[in-house]
Amino acid sequence: MADIRSNFLGIKSPNPFWLASAPPTDKAYNVERAFKAGWGGVVWKTLGEEGPPVVNVNGPRYGAIWGADRRLLGLNNIELITDRDLYVNLREIKQVKKNWPDRALVVSLMVPCEEEAWKAILPLVEETEADGIELNFGCPHGMSERGMGSAVGQVPEYVEMVVRWCKQNTRMPVITKLTPNITDVRKPARAAYAGGTDAVSLINTINSITAVNLDTFAPEPTIDGKGSHGGYCGPAVKPIAMHMVADIARDSETAGLPISAIGGITTWRDAAEFLALGAGTVQVCTAAMTYGFKIVEEMAAGLSNWMDAKGHATLDDIIGRATPNVTDWQYLNLNYVTKARIDQDLCIKCGRCHIACEDTSHQAITATVNGVRRFEVIEEECVGCNLCVNVCPVEDCIDMVSLAAGALDKRTGQPVSADYANWTMHPNNPMKAAAE
Amino acid sequence: MTDRQYADGIVPGRLSPEHYSHNFADLHPPLDRHEALVEADRCYFCYDAPCMHACPTSIDIPLFIREIATGNALGAAKTIFDQNILGGMCARVCPTETLCEEVCVREEAEGKPVKIGQLQRFATDAAMMAGKQFYERGAPTGKRVAVVGAGPAGLACAHRLAMYGHDVTIYEARPKAGGLNEYGIAAYKTPQDFAQHEVDYVTAIGGVEIVNGKALGRDFSLSQLAAEHDAVFLGMGLAGVNALRAEGEEADGVGNAVDYIATLRQAKDLSELPIGRRVVVVGGGMTAIDAAIQSRLLGAEEVTICYRRGREHMNASVYEQDLAASKGVIIRHWLLPKRVNAEDGKVTGIELEYTRLADGRLEGTGETLTLKADQVFKAIGQSFEAGALNGSGAAIALEGGRIRIDGEGRTSLPKVWAGGDCIAGGDDLTVSAVAQGRDAAESIHQALMG
Repeated sequence: MADIRSNFLGIKSPNPFWLASAPPTDKAYNVERAFKAGWGGVVWKTLGEEGPPVVNVNGPRYGAIWGADRRLLGLNNIELITDRDLYVNLREIKQVKKNWPDRALVVSLMVPCEEEAWKAILPLVEETEADGIELNFGCPHGMSERGMGSAVGQVPEYVEMVVRWCKQNTRMPVITKLTPNITDVRKPARAAYAGGTDAVSLINTINSITAVNLDTFAPEPTIDGKGSHGGYCGPAVKPIAMHMVADIARDSETAGLPISAIGGITTWRDAAEFLALGAGTVQVCTAAMTYGFKIVEEMAAGLSNWMDAKGHATLDDIIGRATPNVTDWQYLNLNYVTKARIDQDLCIKCGRCHIACEDTSHQAITATVNGVRRFEVIEEECVGCNLCVNVCPVEDCIDMVSLAAGALDKRTGQPVSADYANWTMHPNNPMKAAAE
Repeated sequence: MTDRQYADGIVPGRLSPEHYSHNFADLHPPLDRHEALVEADRCYFCYDAPCMHACPTSIDIPLFIREIATGNALGAAKTIFDQNILGGMCARVCPTETLCEEVCVREEAEGKPVKIGQLQRFATDAAMMAGKQFYERGAPTGKRVAVVGAGPAGLACAHRLAMYGHDVTIYEARPKAGGLNEYGIAAYKTPQDFAQHEVDYVTAIGGVEIVNGKALGRDFSLSQLAAEHDAVFLGMGLAGVNALRAEGEEADGVGNAVDYIATLRQAKDLSELPIGRRVVVVGGGMTAIDAAIQSRLLGAEEVTICYRRGREHMNASVYEQDLAASKGVIIRHWLLPKRVNAEDGKVTGIELEYTRLADGRLEGTGETLTLKADQVFKAIGQSFEAGALNGSGAAIALEGGRIRIDGEGRTSLPKVWAGGDCIAGGDDLTVSAVAQGRDAAESIHQALMG
């Protein structure tokens, strides 16, 4: 049985599945339920500075997009940080940690970009005996208009400065939560690293409008006829999050910096993919908000079963295993040739591969063969692009078969070369390095 | 139940009132919006979709389902009506399990096709309930076309001709329009007088006059019609019923299934409709199934379908056979009626001979079986009565006893087209009749305006 216990910055949890700082972690009631359900840890919903709490809108605060059968694919929100009293939260955090000593409890913080503000709140959190803090430099809505959240995360110098203040003023591990609303996520990551952060977590939510109400012509969620951009999350953002996690994991300047991954994690498989890209833990929100806390059972069992099946004993055996395989386009092997192959036994003859290829790509899939409806790859035309695989409704019906070295590529009429050759070496590349 | 539930003979009122209304309610209740959206999401929007090819009217099924899925039910209805103006009835009565749904890729993938018929009903109901008309009568051409028969073929033909601006008069022998939709389809498939609502919906385009109670060969001749109109479309269906060819079939209690169904469809109060305690239906097609099921639903205790060949030879789809079985109908195969037994002129039973195939030919085995029965329905096929065309002044060419047409629906006579069950090669489907009527209208329009 695989060991899925996690040790992240010395913070131990029975599994790497944490709930992200978000509505599900705003109160002891919810967090207690989460721990009972089996979550390894939580990041408590962001606390603000002492004083009258923020207020939320009193209308819809979430918007969504859906796939077939109204399966929720993306969620956005315009909810702010906790709107409960600071001391109520602190008391609850302390009690919950006491009740659940084996679980990770990290506290998310967002106070004005002034050293005094951070110095004031850090000891209050320390007193709860929480395991660490997460700096919320990510929320793109509401708080950013007040110079906090992503307004900080978008300025690497601020990131570094605030991280440094925190490191100087607390013994607790510091996790810096990054915003994806930036061109190059490595810049704030490097800044956090320079400031001394113990880890980064990402991604926070993405600026978004999920829908426009066509009766009122107002963006949704709509508050009295108006809408604002909200933070987008859920399965739809996972590819963006994975790209950003990988970018930081493989950046030489931040290599080895622990990462807590966030972004659309819904199943054990999503989690395993993030771990493989270099994350030490994963944080979940939308999936729990969609299905409830019970999903962690599937996640923990699925991860464990997969690790058993593949012979991975601990999380360290999988963390970062995919990182070295993330590279730049220019290093991809241009001599690697694949062709689509359609399994005629699995094919249900919907023809979507044909029309996708015919209308929008390379005219490499038949619609009929000898007058009979049949979808076959025309290898002379197939560039191996994978679109047919992606539009096929039947899993594993179409796969991409790589041609062995020496095999004839019917499209080019050339045999497949055994040599690795990328764009930097290609004769068509005007920037090609001069031959030695 | 009433004290007449198990009464011998052919008697009315076997059931309590609530049983009648329950038994003859909608066979498939309509999908609600949520159900329709869930079902629509199952459609893969196939390329050159097999369902479309399987539809005799070539409805663009993936497109209308996508329109439902995107909240455009009226658009979906127009997509359907563009090809099939009787799409509402076809959604109810098409044997989709042997047409569009049989070839749905979801059938191939999971054995569960998208419920195309139900979705078509969802869309067409939405438009018809909203009274949404998608077509306008074309600018008048001054051309006059006569249509014989206000069934699916005639109505589809008339509607398309009206779209082109031709003046159409439909001559209908029966008191009401609709043809088999009104007189033939099982009651539980088209409750709440849907057939008449549909006739009204179709003819609302204008330019279509329906003259009831006028029959070809009785009230007018084909030559008269042809002389008085620019074109004639024959869509009069099948008036004849095949004989049992069994001794004693003139006994009281032996009747045609189609006539009984017509009576049932027109009955104001089903509790006044007499039905036997033990009913035998002879035949293997949809009419046999419809007569048998409705006999059960009217309270017959024992209903047996006897078919002279095997299950695999029955014209009724497997789905319809299963439906009959679920209603308690017994289907027996390889039995050929020999003799109707009667006492005092009334049916008491039917004697049948077992059959088998020998070198591809059906033969009796000599062994017989007698079933008790107080009512026997003949459902062994209908035939075209060519006699009605007599007096046309020019004999119309037949083929296999029905009217011969070419690829455009033209008969051997100039100015005369035909479609629906009365033509050779027809498959006795509402949807095919619609396609033939529509296509004949296109041909007529070409001929008139060409």
